[in-house]
Amino acid sequence: MRLREICSIAVAIVVSVFAVEAQAQSLYGIGRPATAAEIAGWNIDIGRDGSNLPKGSGSVSHGREVFAQQCASCHGDQGEGGLGDRLVGGQGTIGTPKPIRTVGSYWPYAPTLFDYIRRAMPQNAPQSLSDEDVYAVSAYILNLNGLVGADAALDAKSLAAVKMPNRDRFVGDARPDTKK
Amino acid sequence: MSSTFDADDKSAGTTRRRFLRGSAAAAGGTVLGAGASAAAETDNLPPNIPEWMKAPGEPMGSHPYGAPSPFEKGVVKNISKTLKQYLSASSRTPLQELDGIITPNGLFYERHHGGVPTIDPAQHRLMLHGLVERPLIFTMDELRRFPSESRVHFLECSGNPGYSKPYGKTASDLVGLVSCAEWTGVSLKLVLQEAGLKPDAKWVVAEGADAAALTRSIPIEKCLEDAMLVYSQNGERLRPQQGYPLRLFLPGFEGNMSVKWLRRLHVTAEPVYSREETSKYTDLLPDGTAREFSFYMEAKSIITRPSGGQRLSAPGFHEITGVAWSGHGKIARVEVSLDDGKNWQDARLQEPVLTRALTRFRLPWRWDGKPAVIQSRAIDETDYVQPTLSELLAVRGENYFYHNNAIWPWRIAADGEVTNALA
Repeated sequence: MRLREICSIAVAIVVSVFAVEAQAQSLYGIGRPATAAEIAGWNIDIGRDGSNLPKGSGSVSHGREVFAQQCASCHGDQGEGGLGDRLVGGQGTIGTPKPIRTVGSYWPYAPTLFDYIRRAMPQNAPQSLSDEDVYAVSAYILNLNGLVGADAALDAKSLAAVKMPNRDRFVGDARPDTKK
Repeated sequence: MSSTFDADDKSAGTTRRRFLRGSAAAAGGTVLGAGASAAAETDNLPPNIPEWMKAPGEPMGSHPYGAPSPFEKGVVKNISKTLKQYLSASSRTPLQELDGIITPNGLFYERHHGGVPTIDPAQHRLMLHGLVERPLIFTMDELRRFPSESRVHFLECSGNPGYSKPYGKTASDLVGLVSCAEWTGVSLKLVLQEAGLKPDAKWVVAEGADAAALTRSIPIEKCLEDAMLVYSQNGERLRPQQGYPLRLFLPGFEGNMSVKWLRRLHVTAEPVYSREETSKYTDLLPDGTAREFSFYMEAKSIITRPSGGQRLSAPGFHEITGVAWSGHGKIARVEVSLDDGKNWQDARLQEPVLTRALTRFRLPWRWDGKPAVIQSRAIDETDYVQPTLSELLAVRGENYFYHNNAIWPWRIAADGEVTNALA
């Protein structure tokens, strides 16, 4: 009898352990749930395919104005660089001894431009531009690189559709690449 | 011809005593070191009683935190005075001034992309979301409730140094973007398990709470292997420059990925392809293709004493010492050449040799006073051998920029001056 009791208790314990695992409860119970609104407020990651790009749009002409006010002091009036990186030109130089790496010549994905400008630019006041302004500045920089027309206005769909010239030139890490 | 001897060799002690006698005989013989400027004073030297023994010193409580001796004020981070700007910039550890394997927190190298934020830990949160069963938010107090662990690991900036001239003069100029500390925090694996990973979780995108909101994608295998969420360094809370109050730490990976001021972990099916892993931190090859997601820092070493900018005071005994490290695991051997790379011999490794940590090596040496070129090369537990700069350049070209782990030789002139042999 005693053995049977022990067995039944053991079975009960095993069953309850499996039940806990099935519910996939946390082991430590530390932290609180993040709400959808909290996640939406913090998640500013834009995928290379343009996923999570916000609503709105911005034109090259508006981007020219915003760029002059917010960006040109570091990146130059035409994106030629200065205190900040050069943004324009260099196409055709990447495989030469003097490569010029810019948005137009090197960056593989256009949506990354929106992601980076929104999260980190301008350096003295990041995350201060409206989504419309970020679309516009992205459009202007792409226009300076000859990748969209002067009358273009970009939104989530059209920004993701811009084919960057260097997109297919990235390869995996082949190291170790020196002989032992 | 320079000769070496084993530290256990009986002749070692004899030779050393002979050298020390010779040194003492040369009155006022040069001694290297930042604190030797008052050497002209003789009142404090034998047979006189030094002045600091004749009166009480500073009372307890003068320095509630503590600071190095004023005679060590020259031992500071190596910061270029000619940068275009200092918000996205770096400072280097003065490797040639340090001993052992641990970098003091005040001398740990820095690389920031939008300045150093001042974060109130009570208002800091870590959000964990994406492909998880339970999106979670943690306070700092909550993160410290998890089981903790402490491990010693190096951290190295991926561009340490570049491939093109001008090359630096000192060990710090060349490879001062590496440091090593004891890190304390919680295993990232534990925290991810707390949220429950979904089957298609392959990457974790980490984001900092700085003005760059710096973002990198980490493969899930690394997150579940040895990644940590770190809140303390060398026993005290992280310094602001190292990510206070919370940073990611990825042993052996390029430093940029150990995101500081960590505020968000986004579990995803593919990398986010952030600016920091496309426009930057990709390795451009001569044919115009570029390697992406090149994470590991390969085996490397540098002789820190004697090294560039120093001067050997006299022929005779000198210890050769330096540090070696590998992102792929433990250092198996460090070989030293004293004859411009023709012959190599094993240096002694400081125990314990830790995985993905700086490893101190030492080799006793008797300098004969003639010009010499000395250099070290690291071999790690995968049998990888640290390459020469020319071997790297032959494969990668000068525009590769990151992950330069070349052997760096030092030239010692007849007058004892030590310079960069490749500069």
